[in-house]
Amino acid sequence: MNYIIIGNSAAAVGGVEGIRQIDKEGSITIISEEPYCTYSRPLISYFLAGALNEDKMLYRDTDFYKTNGVNLLLGTKALSVDTENNWVTLAGGETIGYDKLLIATGGKPFMPPMIGSDKKGVYTFIKRDDAERLKAIAKPGSKAVVIGGGLIGLKAAEGLVKCGVDVTVIELANRILSTILDDQAAAIVQGVLEEHDIKVILNNTVSEALGSDKVTGVLLKDGTQIACDMVVTAIGVRPNTDIVCGTVINVNRGIVVDGHMRTNIDNIYAAGDVAEAYDIVYEDMRVTPIWPNAYMQGEVAGRNMAGDSAIFDAGFARNSISFFGLPMITAGIIKPIGAEYEVLSMTIPDKKIYKKAVIKDNKLVGFIRLTDIDRAGILTGLIKNKADVSAFKDKLLNDDFGFVYMPKKQRKEKLLGVKRI
Amino acid sequence: MKRVYALEEYCVGCRLCEINCVVAHSQSKDIIWAFKNEEARPLPGILVEEMKPVSFGLQCRHCDDAPCVKSCITGAMHKDERGAVVCDTEKCVGCWTCIMACPYGAIKRNESNTKVISKCDLCPDLAQPACVTNCPNEALIYVDRR
Repeated sequence: MNYIIIGNSAAAVGGVEGIRQIDKEGSITIISEEPYCTYSRPLISYFLAGALNEDKMLYRDTDFYKTNGVNLLLGTKALSVDTENNWVTLAGGETIGYDKLLIATGGKPFMPPMIGSDKKGVYTFIKRDDAERLKAIAKPGSKAVVIGGGLIGLKAAEGLVKCGVDVTVIELANRILSTILDDQAAAIVQGVLEEHDIKVILNNTVSEALGSDKVTGVLLKDGTQIACDMVVTAIGVRPNTDIVCGTVINVNRGIVVDGHMRTNIDNIYAAGDVAEAYDIVYEDMRVTPIWPNAYMQGEVAGRNMAGDSAIFDAGFARNSISFFGLPMITAGIIKPIGAEYEVLSMTIPDKKIYKKAVIKDNKLVGFIRLTDIDRAGILTGLIKNKADVSAFKDKLLNDDFGFVYMPKKQRKEKLLGVKRI
Repeated sequence: MKRVYALEEYCVGCRLCEINCVVAHSQSKDIIWAFKNEEARPLPGILVEEMKPVSFGLQCRHCDDAPCVKSCITGAMHKDERGAVVCDTEKCVGCWTCIMACPYGAIKRNESNTKVISKCDLCPDLAQPACVTNCPNEALIYVDRR
């Protein structure tokens, strides 16, 4: 069996490990545009902040490829897929044939509709190269504007501040981290950012990057001008579906896959940020660009490519992230709209504690935990298992919430069995 | 593989499992010295949940399909040759993604010193985990249930 994986991040590594659980012999080739052994993209913000060096960004040991018998093509761009002849064409014109193909090309930054976005000094913050470029110019006293107050933008902002850069974040929505926090939680986090000298401007956006050749400032939608030496665009990522453009592979927002991570073409799979898969919370098809989904989808794809029939059943948004030591874990639907949702929340403002649970039909469908994140995974598990929480929902926000509050039968099944979860 | 299971009917909530876990993972392995003199004392890898009259010890289940391993952003969390889920604390950056992922709530933040995670390692150097050995009422058992 001849496997090709396009991409070299979480979904690709999951793919390799999934294939090797079933097939120890088949040939695996990884095609990666980046010239590096697999590294952790989320760690680029730690690198920018000076918390670790390039070596510690590695996601697997450098012997990972050898151990798993992977033929590694680094610094090689895959241009197109021929689904009739089962081959991939590389940038140099060479073609490589496959029996089973995994597309794990990830996401690419969505560029804001901004005049002058091609000026020098305008950066993205997705890859290791982005972080290295930014780190080289992030000197004390320099000024940066970050467009986008989401996960990527704020991690860039935090890293830049730790380099001594003066940072202003511009966010189009009415709050920061709008995909993972509600208004109340976002206000607490914004307060912490401001305590660390990050300026946050909401309900606004950059309409133009100013300067002749190199960016010298930005013009906001409301006419405000802000001088700066660099701009980081971080308004989001979208699936990097270029490789399947013009093929019969079904693309909606991402490459559409079934529960086996298979596309509409039998021997072609997709996983990670490029894939659009079933979300068990929203009960519809979604692109959920988070690390755990990418790995798990890749592993499921890999197993199935090698002949298994594994199902990916953990598709829903969940994030764990910290800013300046303030940790937060959130999952699922965090700002529900509609009478069918029941919302529980509590806050201790001076401790920056905020907890929220969102329940629908007696099942937990979302939560926010700010500061007090301990044992939050129990809630993640309740979402994933669609567990009936009616017997203990009034305890979900308790400091000591745990299995002791669950009915004995439910608890014993969980704690005394070693079922797959 | 063998795992630790709690028999809540026998647990008296004495928390000696927590104490002995700390001792077994301390520098000195001495209960008095560890609690009196060791500054970077480890956290217990087991925690006792209690709402009287019910109590039981709970630690990492060492899941076959461990979501913490699959979710880890650095590759620090992994399965060792025994099948136990262990963390390479040199690689761990303290992002707490495993805390988000663990459906048992069995992973802790070690904020006091290393800023990385802390969890049960099934006491690799001992014949059986210290919590099991030291439970005074045999409320923790170490068996292969499969």
